[in-house]
Amino acid sequence: MKLSALQQSYLGRRSNSFRSSGPLDSSSDGAFKSPAAVFWLVLHGLSCLISLLLGFRFSRLVFLLLSTSSTYTSPFHSPTELAKTLDIRSVIPADPVGNVPLPFPNKTATNSRVVVGRHGIRIRPWPHPNPVEVMKAHRIIERVQTEQRLQFGVKDPRKIIVVTPTYVRTFQSLHLTGVMHSLMLVPYDLVWIVVEAGGVSNETASLIAKSGLRIIHVGFSQRMPNSWDERHKLETKMRLRGLRIVREKILDGIVIFADDSNMHSMELFDEIQNAKWFGAVSVGILANSANIDETVVEKRGEEENPRMPVQGPACNVSNMLAGWHTFNTLPFAGKSAVYIDDRATVLPRKLEWSGFVLNSRLLWKDGDKPEWMKDIDTLDGDIESPLDLVKDPSVVEPLGSCGRRVLLWWLRVEARADSKFPPRWIIDPPLEVTVPSKRTPWPDTPPELPSHKKPVIGIQEPIIKHTTKTRTSRSKRRSKRKHDETRTDRRTTGFDKTLQN
Amino acid sequence: MRKWFWGFLFIAFGFVCSIAAERNPRTERISGSAGDVLEDDPVGRLKVYVYELPSKYNKKILQKDSRCLSHMFAAEIYMHRFLLSSPVRTLNPEEADWFYTPIYATCDLTPTGLPLPFKSPRMVRSAIQLISSSWPYWNRSEGADHFFVVPHDFGACFHYQEEKAIERGILPILQRATLVQTFGQRNHVCLNEGSITIPPYAPPQKMQARQIPLDTPRSIFVYFRGLFYDVNNDPEGGYYARGARAAVWENFKNNPLFDISTEHPTTYYEDMQRAIFCLCPLGWAPWSPRLVEAVVFGCIPVIIADDIVLPFADAIPWEEIGVFVAEEDVPKLDTILTSIPPEVILRKQRLLANPSMKRAMLFPQPALPGDAFHQILNGLARKLPHQKSIYLKPGEKILNWTAGPVGDLKPW
Repeated sequence: MKLSALQQSYLGRRSNSFRSSGPLDSSSDGAFKSPAAVFWLVLHGLSCLISLLLGFRFSRLVFLLLSTSSTYTSPFHSPTELAKTLDIRSVIPADPVGNVPLPFPNKTATNSRVVVGRHGIRIRPWPHPNPVEVMKAHRIIERVQTEQRLQFGVKDPRKIIVVTPTYVRTFQSLHLTGVMHSLMLVPYDLVWIVVEAGGVSNETASLIAKSGLRIIHVGFSQRMPNSWDERHKLETKMRLRGLRIVREKILDGIVIFADDSNMHSMELFDEIQNAKWFGAVSVGILANSANIDETVVEKRGEEENPRMPVQGPACNVSNMLAGWHTFNTLPFAGKSAVYIDDRATVLPRKLEWSGFVLNSRLLWKDGDKPEWMKDIDTLDGDIESPLDLVKDPSVVEPLGSCGRRVLLWWLRVEARADSKFPPRWIIDPPLEVTVPSKRTPWPDTPPELPSHKKPVIGIQEPIIKHTTKTRTSRSKRRSKRKHDETRTDRRTTGFDKTLQN
Repeated sequence: MRKWFWGFLFIAFGFVCSIAAERNPRTERISGSAGDVLEDDPVGRLKVYVYELPSKYNKKILQKDSRCLSHMFAAEIYMHRFLLSSPVRTLNPEEADWFYTPIYATCDLTPTGLPLPFKSPRMVRSAIQLISSSWPYWNRSEGADHFFVVPHDFGACFHYQEEKAIERGILPILQRATLVQTFGQRNHVCLNEGSITIPPYAPPQKMQARQIPLDTPRSIFVYFRGLFYDVNNDPEGGYYARGARAAVWENFKNNPLFDISTEHPTTYYEDMQRAIFCLCPLGWAPWSPRLVEAVVFGCIPVIIADDIVLPFADAIPWEEIGVFVAEEDVPKLDTILTSIPPEVILRKQRLLANPSMKRAMLFPQPALPGDAFHQILNGLARKLPHQKSIYLKPGEKILNWTAGPVGDLKPW
C-alpha cells in the first residue's frame, strides 16, 4: 500500500507541476485514494516543518525508509545510501547498481543491469580539467580543423609570397608588428620578402626574426626621402626589387604586396588563392581626415553621392571588370601632406600596389606566361601603378566577389621627422646625462640652479605657494615637499632626457 | 579459352576500380552487411493495407490540436500520410503482408504541449475492437501481422513515468503485433522482441534552413544544451536521467572544453555544426531528438544511456558512428573523449557526412528515397515472410482481452 502511495505521490508531483490534471491514472488507485492522501498530506506537513528547522530539504522518503526498512530495500539500494543521497551532492566510489531486483520482479527481466529509481550523482574527487587532456583535446580540434580545411577550403593552396618595403623609423615597430602577426596567422605556406631602404639593419632584423616565418631580408641602398612623393617612388622601386628576387629564386606562388602600415584581414589570404594570373582586390582607404576645415565639409555636403573610401576593381552587372574605383582626392586638393611629418592628410596614389596580387610565374624569365605581361627587367622607370606591368588592363581578375568585399585597409601614419625612439625599443640604463636636482633633501645645499625647463617650473609653483601659506608646521611640510619635489624633479628630468634621445 | 580468361580479368579489374572510385574521400559508405541496407528499396518487397478507421481516431484528434504535427511524436501522423500515398499500399487486404491501423494515440496534449497517455490504452483497445469485428484479419493472427506506430515515451506501455510504465507493461492486446516505437532499451518490458525502433520526429525544413558553410571550423569540443536537474519533478536529483545528467554538470561545469548549459540559444543548430562531440544523455526516457540533430549536423553523438537500443539498430552500425559511454563512466568522460585517436574521430565524421545516413534519420514531406519511412518499411520487409505459426486455428485465442488495469477496459 505504501509503495503505491509513493508512486502516487510522484505521479501527483509530476502531473501537478507540468501537466494539467486531467483524469489521473485511474488504474489502481481508486480504492486507496483517501487514507493514503491524508497520510501523505500529514507527512508532507511534517517534513516541511523539519525542513524549516534544519535548513535543507528533508525528504519524506526518509520516514518511509525508517519505518519500513525491512520491506523497502528496493528501489533504494540501502538505507545508508539513501542517507547519502539526502545531501545535495553525493560521491559514490563504488558501483551501486548491482543486481537488485525491481519491486515487481514478475514483470521485469531480472538480467537487466539498469535499475529504475534513485541513483547517486557520481562526482569524481577533483572535478576540474586535467591539463594534459586539455592539450590532447586541442590537438584533436586542430586535426579536425585541418581536415575540414582540406576538404572544404581552398583546394591545392599555393604558397604566398609577401613583398614589404620598409625602413627604420619610429612607427616602423608599430606597423611591422601588425603585418607580422597577420602573416603568422596565415594557414598557408609563406615567404616574406622584406626590402629595407637604407640597407639591412639590425633593428628590422631583430623585429622580424621573432615571427618564425621564412624571411628574405634585403637592403636597398637609397635612404628613404622625406617627402611623400619621393617615398612612393622609392617604394615602387623597392617592390620591383622584391619582384626581382622572386624571379631570381624562381619562387612559385602568389605575390602580394603588404605595405607595412596596412591592415589585412584573414579572408584576404583565402580569397587571393582564387587568383589565376593577375588579381585585384578592393582596398579601404583610411585617409586621416582630421584636418579638413569647414569649407571642405560644405563641399562634401553639396555632393550628391559621397564617395566611399575604397580603391579597387569595379564590375558591371554581369560581374565583368568594367573600371576602377579610385579614392577621390579633390576635397583634399592643396591640403594634403607633402612631407612625411606633415600633419595634413596623407593621400594614396591613384591605385595602390597593395590591392593587386599576381601569380609568381608571371615574373619568371621562362615558362608559359601570358603575353600581356611585361618583363620587369625592361621597365625600370617610373611606374605609376601596378597596371603598368600589364599591357592590357582588362585581363585583371576582380577578387572578393567582384570587388564588393573590402579585404584590406590602407593607412599612412608616421611620426615627426625629428622624432627619436630608443633603438629596438629598449631603454638602456644608465641614462647618459645627469642633471642635479633642484632641491636636495639636505638643508645646507648650494642655491638652486636656474632651470630652463618650463614644465618642471609649472609643477613647482603650486608647491611653492603652499609652503608660503602654511606657516605653522612649515619645517615638516617643507622637508616633505622637498622630498616630493626632488622626486618629481628626477622624474621629469628623466623624461626629458629620453625624449631627447 | 585464354581470351575468356583475359576478358574476365578485365571485367573484374573494372569492377574493382569502380568500387574504389566510388569511395569519395569526403564521405564513407557504411560498408558491410549492415550498412548497405540503408539504401534498400522496400517497394515490391511488401504490401501494406491501411485500415479505414473513423476519423475520431485520427483526423478529428489532429483537428483539435495541430501542434501534434510538429512535436517529437509526430512520426505517427506522417507515417499515416506516407502510407496512404505510398506504392507499397494495397487496397486489397487479401494480398497484404502487413496491416496498419492509423491511431494518433499521442495527440492528447496539455497546454504546454506534452502528450497525456491516459486515454491512449482505451483508444487503442477500442480501435482494435473495431477492426477485429469489421475485418477478419485481426482474428486470423491476433494481430501478429499488424503494426502500430507508438512513439510515446515508453512506447506501448503508455505512461511517461518509468515505474508506472513498467508496472503496466505493454498493452496486452498489442503483445503480438509489431510495434514501431522510439523507445528502446534492452531487457525492458516496454520493448518487445521484434519491435522496430525509429528516431523521434525532428523538423527537416528547420534543420536544412539553419545550415552553415561546411568550411566553418569546428571549434567546440563537447556541446550540450538541456536540463541537468529537472527541478519541477525531481528537485533533489538522482531520479532524472538516473543521475547521469547531473553528474555531467557537476563534473564538467568548470571545464572549458565542455560547452554545456541549460540555456536555450537561438543559435542551437548552428552551434551544433561547430562542435565535434554532442552529448546525447538520457532524460526521463533514454531516447531524444538530440541524436537526430547530431547526425544531421555532423556532430559525433556521445550516447550516455545504458542498454539503449538506437533507431534502426539492425541497419545502422551505431558503434562505428557514435561514442557510447556507460553512465558510471560519466566522471571520466573527458578522459574517454580525449583518448579517442584522431583517425577514429575523422572516420566517424566521414560516416556521419554520408547523406544516406542523414536521410535515414529524417521524416521529410514529401518522402525521399532512403528516409526514415523507407527504413521502417525495410524493417518490416526484413521480417517477412511471416511464419505459419502466427496464424491461429479457428476458435483459438491467445490474447486475454480483459487483462490489464481496470480503467483500460472502459470504452472510448
